[in-house]
Amino acid sequence: MTVTVKDKTELFSPQICAEIDRWIAKYPAEWKQSAVMGALMIVQDDNGGWLTTELMDRVADYLDMPPIAVYEVATFYSMYELKPVGKHKICVCTNVSCMTNKSDLIVEHLEKKLGISFGEVTEDGRFSMKEVECLGACGGAPMMQIGKQYYENLTPEIVDAILEGLE
Amino acid sequence: MVNEVCLRTLDLERPWLMEQYQSRGGYEVLKQVLTEKRAPEDIIEEVKKSGLRGRGGAGFPTGLKWSFISRNAPGQKYVVCNSDEGEPGTFKDRDILRYNPHQLIEGMILAGYAIGATRGYNYIRGEFWEPYERFEQALQEAREAGFLGENLLGSGFDFELHTHLGGGAYICGEETALLESIEGKKGQPRYKPPFPAHFGLYGRPTIINNTESLASIPMILEKGGEWFADIGVKNSGGSKLFSISGNINNPGVFEIPMGTPFSELLEMAGGMKDGRKIKAVIPGGSSAPVIPGDLMMDLNMDYDSIAGAGSMLGSGAVIVLDDTNCMVKTLERMSYFYHEESCGQCTPCREGTGWLYRVVHRIESGQGRQEDLDLLDDVADKISGKTICALGDAAALPVQGMLRHYRDEFQYHIDHKRCMVGAG
Ligand SMILES: Cc1cc2nc3c(=O)[nH]c(=O)nc-3n(C[C@H](O)[C@H](O)[C@H](O)COP(=O)(O)O)c2cc1C
Ligand code: SF4
Ligand code: FES
Repeated sequence: MTVTVKDKTELFSPQICAEIDRWIAKYPAEWKQSAVMGALMIVQDDNGGWLTTELMDRVADYLDMPPIAVYEVATFYSMYELKPVGKHKICVCTNVSCMTNKSDLIVEHLEKKLGISFGEVTEDGRFSMKEVECLGACGGAPMMQIGKQYYENLTPEIVDAILEGLE
Repeated sequence: MVNEVCLRTLDLERPWLMEQYQSRGGYEVLKQVLTEKRAPEDIIEEVKKSGLRGRGGAGFPTGLKWSFISRNAPGQKYVVCNSDEGEPGTFKDRDILRYNPHQLIEGMILAGYAIGATRGYNYIRGEFWEPYERFEQALQEAREAGFLGENLLGSGFDFELHTHLGGGAYICGEETALLESIEGKKGQPRYKPPFPAHFGLYGRPTIINNTESLASIPMILEKGGEWFADIGVKNSGGSKLFSISGNINNPGVFEIPMGTPFSELLEMAGGMKDGRKIKAVIPGGSSAPVIPGDLMMDLNMDYDSIAGAGSMLGSGAVIVLDDTNCMVKTLERMSYFYHEESCGQCTPCREGTGWLYRVVHRIESGQGRQEDLDLLDDVADKISGKTICALGDAAALPVQGMLRHYRDEFQYHIDHKRCMVGAG
């Protein structure tokens, strides 16, 4: 498990290594493990939005952690994906404030338009849908997140325009 | 008086910039504290005087919490800010991070000075990318201006501050789960005691406060604890950010004095949508027991007034529901949430939240049995107070509230296998 420093730089591209190192630098030297959440997110983004076991193992090596400790983190937090997702992961909030502002219509509209339901990916791999809990933007209910961006005060028409604007 | 504390820069253009914050007197009080070497005990005393109570939901007096730290104990101590903002209905910390990040930074430095901590972390929920970038940009500015780093303004006091990003788990808002998460682990709450003041981040003495609590500190020290206390009412010092959402015309975040009548807040938020009748209000985030609308219209937005009606002010997240809402369906959604988010560590919570959801779901979908209402009471009872963290209570409280005020609606569902509201 203990790899030499030289090996570590071969685990990821120099750019990814540099990004992970920025997270490591935030924590006490003996607590490299604190960077695991940041590292998983970087690696996931770089891999089209999901994590493979091999990538998690590399993160474990990079941070001197047992692989199981990395899997535990990756399975506990909902933002890590262990299966392929769409190029655009559409996360729709259905919690109370969004629900009472008709998030179900947004969900139905997306389902019809994309031909998929929550947890599924379109055949061309462009979109996937995910049901999420309150994203802390209830003032703009109903709302959704695609990638890093929040979209609020949705109507089916607005959803159409947003999807059209995506690459 | 609106937007006088945490949102005091909101009317400015690009209010998140250092120069804008400083144009309102930002960082002045920090400079004063550092150059005059104000006694830390003095600062804690001022915070106590302010009557500030934790804005994350539990309402614990902030000054008192800080006084639990033995300032002169050797070794590293930490200040941790809770920007996990996950309690359904709550969306105020996002606005502090987006529009006034410098005030939070200043508040965290001052907190560090007061308890003798030289490092801080701000735990921002992973979905909050825009707020995270704003906060990071502000950190950069603060570093360049010499407000972060070593020997701040020649005072001999060091303070370094970093962001930790969450990964999408409501439970990480619980303070000890949050610490576990920063340590790179699953976010499972710790047994208390020991409390974070003695055994916190990396096993070191730590204070954890909500974003709004910490962002209130600079104004409290600038204008005095009494000034802050006087904005509010007895037992509820200061102003507070209320996130108001639901079936209203102008949902949003309003920073208003504690004790403001709910009716005034509702008016600020544009009143009921489509002129509909107010049915119910969840006054403090989804774990706060529901209050019927007509009762709510007579209450004030402070700890005692809301507690007097059998609920709690919590995080100040006010969800307003009109008469088209089915309370069974509303509770079903909330119970689903707590079941989903239970970390699974203790049996009463793991199993109990599943029971609650399944029984409410069964009533909602017309499969309810007469004994289900007592069963709900019973399960909620068996969770309350019997778990490691307060998520268990948070799941039980809304059930108890709904059955207290809307038992007839649940009964109707059981008797008629359908909803008494609307077409449902
Ligand atoms: C399940 C659960 C979720 C919580 N979520 C949050 C949260 O998102 N933000 C927050 O500030 N406090 C949250 N809290 C409260 C924290 O545990 C803690 O009391 C608070 O951060 C202390 O800061 P304060 O005293 O300034 O409020 C949560 C508590 C529980 C039990
Ligand atoms: S009460 Fe629930 S969320 Fe809290 S520690 Fe126990 S199982 Fe986990
Ligand atoms: S309920 Fe949807 S963002 Fe809060």
